[in-house]
Amino acid sequence: MSAPDRQTASLEKVQASLRAASGWRWWELALGVLAIASVFLSGSHALLLNEIAILALFALSLDLILGYAGIVSLGHAAFFGFGAYVAALFAKHVMPDPLVGLVVTIASTAVLGALCSVLVMRGSDLTRLMITLGVAAVLYELANKLDWLTGGADGLQGVVMGKLLGTFEFDLFGKTAYAYSLAVLFVCLLITRRIVHSPFGYSLKALRDNRLRTQSIGLSVHLRLVAVYTLGAAIAGAAGALMAQTSGFASLDGLEFHRSAELVLVLVIGGTAYLYGGIFGAIAFKLLHDVLSAWTPQYWMFWLGLFLVVLMLVGRDRLVRPWTWFKRGGQA
Amino acid sequence: MLTLLFDGIAYGMLLFVLSVGLAVTMGLMNFINLAHGAFAMAGGYTTVLLMNRLGVPFLATLPLAFLFTAILGAAFERTLYRPMYNRPHLDQVLFSIGLVFMAVTGVDYIIGSQQQMISVPSWLQGRFDLADVGIGKYRLFIIVVCGLLTVALQMILSRTRFGSRLRAAVDDPRVAQGLGINVNQVFLLTFAVGSGLAGLGGALGAEVLGLEPIFPLKFMVYFLIVVSVGGTTTITGPLLAALLLGIADVFGKYYAPKLGAFIVYALMIAILTWRPQGLFGQKGSK
Repeated sequence: MSAPDRQTASLEKVQASLRAASGWRWWELALGVLAIASVFLSGSHALLLNEIAILALFALSLDLILGYAGIVSLGHAAFFGFGAYVAALFAKHVMPDPLVGLVVTIASTAVLGALCSVLVMRGSDLTRLMITLGVAAVLYELANKLDWLTGGADGLQGVVMGKLLGTFEFDLFGKTAYAYSLAVLFVCLLITRRIVHSPFGYSLKALRDNRLRTQSIGLSVHLRLVAVYTLGAAIAGAAGALMAQTSGFASLDGLEFHRSAELVLVLVIGGTAYLYGGIFGAIAFKLLHDVLSAWTPQYWMFWLGLFLVVLMLVGRDRLVRPWTWFKRGGQA
Repeated sequence: MLTLLFDGIAYGMLLFVLSVGLAVTMGLMNFINLAHGAFAMAGGYTTVLLMNRLGVPFLATLPLAFLFTAILGAAFERTLYRPMYNRPHLDQVLFSIGLVFMAVTGVDYIIGSQQQMISVPSWLQGRFDLADVGIGKYRLFIIVVCGLLTVALQMILSRTRFGSRLRAAVDDPRVAQGLGINVNQVFLLTFAVGSGLAGLGGALGAEVLGLEPIFPLKFMVYFLIVVSVGGTTTITGPLLAALLLGIADVFGKYYAPKLGAFIVYALMIAILTWRPQGLFGQKGSK
């Protein structure tokens, strides 16, 4: 076999493995069926399901940035909150159609993400943490102070959405809302899934694992980081828009530090660098939150903290293998 | 104008003492400890409880706050922090946020969510004028105490045997261990002193900053700003950053109260974008 032949052969092998990794599994279909079926089974819990879907979408966007590209962020709520405000303002002042609002929100958050990506690309983990934190804090302060626009601490109220696709009205039970959020989540999942299994996605992982080496084999690191950060921001903006549109409300809560911290937690529960991690994490977190806050409404944060501490001491990878907890040393 | 500057300096000094422990753990030990504010809160509550419930005089509570927080820090270092030293930064961040959440709700549960009032002794109240500059006595007290602490700290780090051991242990724990330095002990002591300083800062600052269960979250960002803007390789970096931050914050609150903390955050983003390793950090350090 001559050298070029060998090269094509190995190239084909790589392509085949990429295709195999991006093939659909049976349980993914089952999950989809379950998600759709839950609308009919849930009855009065559609609102909770809607929140789970939105949180899952939000976590998906962070996973893209943190899990795949390795950008540590403690301020991802910036995009969520920004998206929520844009969607709410657009519905209030321009037009109430949800889909148009969604597209506008995604576009504007993408612009914000691209702007921020320039800041985030510099420095070490610590600087990155601080800058992401800072961007979210600046937006929070802005939203708080510009009360003629955003309603300040009271939030932006009285957002009335039009009918979805001109036919389905958002009702009190949240069934339309859930279907809408689920559809957006599904589309975003498809897109990210495609991206993650593409050569671009693999180059992101390479970059996460060793930036210097990636640079030295001739990949443009900065362009990739800007692209993935912008995309992540856009998806987070979509999640924020869904939140504002389905609840008819946008508030400072969406920009708070708590939200960013919780999101990282959601992702860590589910597993990073794993697209379904965000979804499973969101389900687990929301259920946990629901149970805990029903049990101890005021102090549920304590249990959240305890859970985090134990989780980290045990090690994320070992959580699912309790029998290794008390062994010394052998952790990944 | 100069009065504002004076207040800003006092505020900055306070922030420095509060965050210098963090500068050491984060910069020297390379551990991102977001729970630092919780230690400061512990110190503050020690003082408040001692004064209000047991009637201990204010000056006597300060060393007690330091001691108590230092012991607390040592205990935590031993049991919880040590296994986390070699983990990725994300794990450390999550771990310490978990601690913060627990501290916030724990204090809320035990002591209550209202803001704690502290009454400084009468000889520290009020202010006098010195060449048109209104000087708050308590602020002056803060500046003096914090200034002395800073000098002492700098001396310890650069002149004493313990300082050189610490620097060696940080640079290369394995080699330091080989040279007969008890690295674990050095780290333990450093962490304890860092926490103790935070506790002392919390005790001193209870009157100025306000003390409530949400304290660690409220000031976490400030501590982080001081450390990351100052750069983590020296002590003078965080000191200057703290002064800058304190002055900017006081001036901002006076001249543009509507913008509030916005100025501080924007300043931080600008500085970090310009010099990601911090104003006084050296390139190539962690």
